[in-house]
Amino acid sequence: MADMRTPLNRVRGLGSTRDGTEHFWRQRLTAVSNLPLILFFIGFVVAYSGAPYDEVRSALSNPIVTLLIAFALLSVLYHMRIGMQVVIEDYVHEEGWKIALILLNTFFPVVVGAIALFALLRIAFGG
Amino acid sequence: MSKSTATRARPLSPHLQIYRVTPTMAMSIMHRITGVALYFGTALFALWLLAAAGTQEQFDFVNGLFGSWLGRLVLFGYTWVLLHHMLGGIRHLIWDTGHGLEKETSTRISSATLIGSVVLTLVVWVVGYAVRGGF
Repeated sequence: MADMRTPLNRVRGLGSTRDGTEHFWRQRLTAVSNLPLILFFIGFVVAYSGAPYDEVRSALSNPIVTLLIAFALLSVLYHMRIGMQVVIEDYVHEEGWKIALILLNTFFPVVVGAIALFALLRIAFGG
Repeated sequence: MSKSTATRARPLSPHLQIYRVTPTMAMSIMHRITGVALYFGTALFALWLLAAAGTQEQFDFVNGLFGSWLGRLVLFGYTWVLLHHMLGGIRHLIWDTGHGLEKETSTRISSATLIGSVVLTLVVWVVGYAVRGGF
């Protein structure tokens, strides 16, 4: 059968969704960045779970801790958003529900991220 | 003319229930379930940060929730789910390079994911209790 695609379309290799392997790649990219950041996160939580108020706040306001937790949040929230998108696309076939859940799937990480980063920066800047 | 094909039920490919459960299959399903659980669990960390950014009373209240037996149970489960998803992710990254895909090897590293996640969870909690007495 004749290939009806233009040479430009073929060489770009983006396929019918015009998205190519971008989703797959970003899932792996954030998986790799999650690894060291989550190991730090686990270590931090183990060290400060149940610690008193002042001690937790002073640990969180250390600039390195603030930045590493902020990076961990951004990497994890992006990773989980595109992961959940695949789950929704796999199991939800009714168009209305699918669009609604895809929207919520963007809102949830943004809201969690905004709350967490706000709290983190408030502590870091001594609010 | 354009309506002729859609009215008849189309043949479907077989789904999960007809296959014998293997370690690779079970761990693949677990990877997805743990990912979904971790998704919602991020709200717990946001809550803890928010409490730390608030007053002493608010922080003590949230710490009390996490320190209750139910709170500890949820956090213990969350630790296991996180480590399981992490080890599963490492396994997938190895597979992405084209290594470890032989039948015996893939089965072995899938089982290792499960055993490793349980062992690491216990290590994290033992260290946690040794450091601080937990929440």
